[in-house]
Amino acid sequence: MIEVRRAGEHGALLELADNAAAVRVARRLTSECAGLVDVVPGHRTVLVTWDDEPEELMTLAEAALRDDQAPLAGASVEIPVRYDGPDLHEVARLTGFSAEEVAARHMRAEYVVGFLGFAPGFAYLLGGDERLRVERRAEPRERVPAGSVALAGPYSGIYPRESPGGWQLIGSTTAALFDATRDPPALLSPGDRVRFVPA
Amino acid sequence: MIDVLDAGPLTTVQDCGRPGWAHLGVPHSGAADPHALALGNRLVGNDAGAAALEATLSGPLLRFRVAALVAVTGAETEATNRPFEVGAGEVLELGRFLSGVRAYISVRGGIDVEPVLGSRSTDLLSGLGPPQLKEGDVLPIGREPATAPELDLEPAPPLAAEPTLRLLPGPRDDWFAPNALAGTWRVSPSSNRVGVRLEGPRIERIRHEELLSEGVVTGALQVPSSGQPILLLNDHPTTGGYPVLGVVHADDLPLAGQLRPGQRLSFVLRHSGASAGTS
Repeated sequence: MIEVRRAGEHGALLELADNAAAVRVARRLTSECAGLVDVVPGHRTVLVTWDDEPEELMTLAEAALRDDQAPLAGASVEIPVRYDGPDLHEVARLTGFSAEEVAARHMRAEYVVGFLGFAPGFAYLLGGDERLRVERRAEPRERVPAGSVALAGPYSGIYPRESPGGWQLIGSTTAALFDATRDPPALLSPGDRVRFVPA
Repeated sequence: MIDVLDAGPLTTVQDCGRPGWAHLGVPHSGAADPHALALGNRLVGNDAGAAALEATLSGPLLRFRVAALVAVTGAETEATNRPFEVGAGEVLELGRFLSGVRAYISVRGGIDVEPVLGSRSTDLLSGLGPPQLKEGDVLPIGREPATAPELDLEPAPPLAAEPTLRLLPGPRDDWFAPNALAGTWRVSPSSNRVGVRLEGPRIERIRHEELLSEGVVTGALQVPSSGQPILLLNDHPTTGGYPVLGVVHADDLPLAGQLRPGQRLSFVLRHSGASAGTS
């Protein structure tokens, strides 16, 4: 079941049941629907834009849900991380764990890339330990260093470059999340599996 | 080559932007007044995708090392919409704009900086593309196109002092009261290429749950919890967690890109007959 919402004359927002459905529909439309300009998965949506609306848009989107019942396939990516973030102890306090236990629980989970946004290469990772769920910082930082590994709500994320940000910073990585000269430029794509490993 | 003697308040390189990369978090970017960019390129005989300079509020000071055909479009200046020759060694000065906020300086051959992901546009949010102009920069001019310019004057209607923008409802219009857009708003001085921040009647939500992040388009009217809306311009992030009440009609996007701090505006809801298939 897909609910269609208008997003201007040249776009539509497709609402889906969950993130896996959004990634499936986005992949199908990207590979098979000619005439789309952008296909942008969100947490539970797919935004599509066009110059001329493709006739087969909804047929393909619905077929993607019907045909693809197997688990979502995706590349496996390991991110080396040091748990040395300035908010690690605050996250430990908020969750009632020790800093070491926060790191261990963060490394134990297998994540899936739900969608990208906020900045080029910034992936919203789903599937983390429910008990590490923390709110954003009350005061966002003006400068978060590139490579910061962070938590907010249901997500883990990695800041690809220095930017302002309000997530809780628990670690850091030297992985290059985005490089415009690389193909593809982003290290992570929607549907990819991610594990954090000791640096 | 062009020497930048003074960069002005904010001057960037802009072309048609980076469509097709939004799924990786790459903003669309590109000229905030796409009609003005297209017209400038036509006036000097460039391809539609050639890069121009987008100057904000007042012009930069540019010295041309070689003679070049130039057109200035968009915000109103003494030189608007008429191609002219700048001689070798001459300095181009536009002064403060009379109306509008962004003027495009198109040079025959285009501004030939290195493209990034298919575009020469400066993206002020994500840092892709060339940095904003600064004093001492030297800008390369591209090869002259084979075709001669076809236009020598394009009269443009003056920019409205208090424009009304047509807004197509959705994707989250049902999160707001039906008359949420009655009234006028004022453009905040903190507006930029990411978004035009509007001050005015508080837009009340009738649904209060948190919105999961979803893709947003240029021209979207996003309503944060303050109730003071933000009209997203070209450097907006690709996804957002605030509901979008409606999207500005594509033909009115150039007006949005010319809104000045302090200017008043209003919206009119326009329902479109076209729709994506149902299911």
